[in-house]
Amino acid sequence: MTTPAFSSQLINLCAALLLLLSFAMLSQRRVLTLVDLFAMQGGTLFISIIVVAWSTGQPHLYYSAALTLILKVILLPLILHRLIRRLGAQWESETLLNTPTTMLVGLLLVIFAFTLAQPISQLANTVTRGTLGIALAVVMLSFLMMITRRKAVTQVIGFLAMENGLFFAATSATYGMPMVVELGVALDVLVSMVILGIFFFHIREQFDSLDLHNMESLKED
Amino acid sequence: MELLLLLGLPLLGSLLLALIGRRAWTPEANVLMSAGTFAAGVWLTAHVIAHGPMLVWHEQFFIDPFNVFLVILTAFIGLTTSLFSRPYLRTEEHHGRLNRRQLRLYHSMFQLFMFTMLLALTTNNMGILWVAMEAATLTTVLLVSLYRTPASIEAAWKYFILCGVGLAQALFGTILLYFAAEKVLGNAGSTALLWTHLNEVKGRLEPTVLSLAFVFMLVGYGTKVGLAPLHNWLPDAHAEGPTPVSAVLSGLLLNVALYAVVRCKVLVQGSVRSDLAGNLMMGFGLLSLVLAAFLLWRQKDIKRLFAYSSIEHMGLATFAFGMGGPVANFAALLHMTVHSLTKSSLFFTVGHATQQAGTQVMDKIRGLITINPTVGWGLMLGTLAILGMPPFGVFTSEFLILITAMRDHPWATPILLLGLGVAFGAIFSRVQAMVFGETRLPRLPHPPVLVPVFAQLALVLALGLYIPPHLAAWYREAARLIG
Repeated sequence: MTTPAFSSQLINLCAALLLLLSFAMLSQRRVLTLVDLFAMQGGTLFISIIVVAWSTGQPHLYYSAALTLILKVILLPLILHRLIRRLGAQWESETLLNTPTTMLVGLLLVIFAFTLAQPISQLANTVTRGTLGIALAVVMLSFLMMITRRKAVTQVIGFLAMENGLFFAATSATYGMPMVVELGVALDVLVSMVILGIFFFHIREQFDSLDLHNMESLKED
Repeated sequence: MELLLLLGLPLLGSLLLALIGRRAWTPEANVLMSAGTFAAGVWLTAHVIAHGPMLVWHEQFFIDPFNVFLVILTAFIGLTTSLFSRPYLRTEEHHGRLNRRQLRLYHSMFQLFMFTMLLALTTNNMGILWVAMEAATLTTVLLVSLYRTPASIEAAWKYFILCGVGLAQALFGTILLYFAAEKVLGNAGSTALLWTHLNEVKGRLEPTVLSLAFVFMLVGYGTKVGLAPLHNWLPDAHAEGPTPVSAVLSGLLLNVALYAVVRCKVLVQGSVRSDLAGNLMMGFGLLSLVLAAFLLWRQKDIKRLFAYSSIEHMGLATFAFGMGGPVANFAALLHMTVHSLTKSSLFFTVGHATQQAGTQVMDKIRGLITINPTVGWGLMLGTLAILGMPPFGVFTSEFLILITAMRDHPWATPILLLGLGVAFGAIFSRVQAMVFGETRLPRLPHPPVLVPVFAQLALVLALGLYIPPHLAAWYREAARLIG
């Protein structure tokens, strides 16, 4: 058996890994590596949920961990890999906007997320209280990634990484949402992935590339 | 039972239409399904009027006067839209802009969209509300990109990314809400996300957590309401999708998203005991109203014009809900109703007008009244109604909102008047030129169905002249529930 202190250390380690992976994704140029990083993020999420489930004895968290494993570690990266291969985009990489600036903005976002989550973390009596700030930071970093990237595939990976952050928030703050809600969210994520997959082909057909630079006819006026 | 029919019919319809969707009579089947849903909605409403609020299926569904009126409005506009889309889509097929496969996708997704809207309205679970809103985004993304043109794909992508990110914020807000509720209700089961339970204990929920949760949920669902500055997706999605989709986006989706915001506001207000939630909504509402009114002047595309007008009206309704109190809530509910009816009927006429002219560019649409008097008059009357001219219902609701604002927040009155005035000038001058004027446009291959247009405008007119006492009582009850 683990002591609460030990499992709490483990979860903090997972949280730190998640944050690190978010930064890695922010600076990764190659699409395929990005998918692998996303799968690793899902794996870390899976381990953290298992640890929470084990140390608190919440049976429904095991289901939610299984859901994470199937969806985020196996299914979604697999679909993404296949899509990228079928689109012939596996060697593509994109030029990043000024990496140091992006990193700096990312750092500021993390600080902001921690300040925002501070009063709430103090109310939490779960073993995982310190991690809500990190979860929010992961959400914000994924958001930053979506803003700074111009390729359709990377925007979608950013979107999925954001969902990872949200799931982590749900486990770390509340030991997981009710099962019916988690199932619904998972279904939505899966369906959106399928729809976006179809979309990639439409975009390429219409614009001859997955680069969203081409999509600028509908300017805000 | 009523509820099962209400939710089951569109879900079944979407499966059925996906299977048999290539037949020639699919549009009629779509109308039939929507009519069935509407009948189930009427039945449900009758039940709620007779027996009071319902809480069914392990408390997972909750119907009270507030959402039942939106249920019936949603089902009604679903029905009229299906009536309108029948000749509209046949003409599109005739022009070669759509093929049978795309029509099948359209009909199936339309029914699925109706299902998600009704699920979002009737569910008692704040988590399921989120799931239904996200599912609504997914179905409409497919509908917006139906034409597969570069512009429509761009619009759909923008819509998906913006609303996806927005809804992610709303999910974070929902998690925070659950976090606060679990302390009071315990995490024994799934009751901690049920709205009725939350409403009972709202005074004991932690205020700091709930205020933060509300900010996230307002931003999240507000993106779907089209509140500035998160409105960017709305004009594109309205302009590039097929016109029936524009009608349901404006008439239904924005309402349901606003409904989600109001449900959250009730909880937060009870917990925080300050005007934080109301003030935020008033601020966002005013900003949307004024920004949209000025952007109206720069529009060249007729569907974009009316899309910005939707942002303006949603801003007004959000402002009214933000003010709170019985009169403002009453006015906001009435405004949601008449805006839905008027705006969807406007999009119906706009759809026929653009098909006739073969373009959505306003400068090229001229003299509708000479080629097709019913379309011309429909557009003119609809425009007068949406601009809040006196005999119509929009006037009543805008008037109520204005006098409440004058009494409670006098500083806001000039801003409201400015927004409404600017919007009036922008829309009226454009529409007048389109309705009257010289033209040489050909007729349509499939005669347009304008019964829904005039039926809806007649309803709006009737609501402006006289609100039946039991309807008024119903609105008052709903307004009281919102607080």
